[in-house]
Amino acid sequence: MRKLLTILGLGFALPVLADNLPLPSGTPASYKSECGSCHLPYPPALLAADHWRRIMSQLGDHFGSDATLDARQLQEIRTFLENAAGRPERLGSAGDPPRISQTQRFIRKHREVPARFWSDPRVKSAANCEACHRGAATGNFGEHDIAIRELRR
Amino acid sequence: MKTIAILLLTGTSLLSHAGTPQQIGQAYAQEASSQIPGFSASAARGKDFFHRRFDVNAKMPGCTACHTDNPLAVGQHAVTGKAIRPLAVSANGERLSDPAKVEKWFGRNCKEVLGRACNAAEKADFVAYMSEAR
Repeated sequence: MRKLLTILGLGFALPVLADNLPLPSGTPASYKSECGSCHLPYPPALLAADHWRRIMSQLGDHFGSDATLDARQLQEIRTFLENAAGRPERLGSAGDPPRISQTQRFIRKHREVPARFWSDPRVKSAANCEACHRGAATGNFGEHDIAIRELRR
Repeated sequence: MKTIAILLLTGTSLLSHAGTPQQIGQAYAQEASSQIPGFSASAARGKDFFHRRFDVNAKMPGCTACHTDNPLAVGQHAVTGKAIRPLAVSANGERLSDPAKVEKWFGRNCKEVLGRACNAAEKADFVAYMSEAR
């Protein structure tokens, strides 16, 4: 009985854990300052090492913006991202250039979100995690803590 | 004596990193006056620059595309939607306090919005406007 309860408890706890993605403890300050101004400093586990490598090799045209870094910061951030990257088999392909929002994981997690929510001016873009996930900055992507009331489930 | 020397050195190195809006504006104005004799920064010209449409970038035709018409207001990145804290010093005390950061964002944003680097006179005027906007 106790075993059953433990298993049940784990079953409930796991989805919560999976949606909790705080930045790793060794995250360099440069990652937050250089990659967290125009968008959230994304949890590195949301892309695979190869995806990050491709993104970091084309920062001169980073989704239309020039996000070039000096050599020291480039090296520091690239190493960090590759070491903390997610497992490729869980993420699947991410397109070219790689986008978190095109990984199978992201698509599966957001499959119940209707198209009109994405185009809502408060959301604007799938890059804008914090528009809905108000705890995103601290890694909380849980589906029950959605900022916009009518988008909450 | 050694302590004094260390203190002095620390003081100098701190000065080279930190800055006030006045110091940052003065540095740009000084650079501008070497190119334009008799140059003096103008918040009014800075305001005009801030509201100008450059129409080089469809998503970001001017500063106001992300920073709104009011530099005291919270802005929103035109592409990603991320909130941007106000530009005006009176609304956001962290602005214009780090010369390297100011130069970095002039570098990125001028290239993106104007399609070229901003000159020292434009930067001096812009800093004057953001220092004075109430």
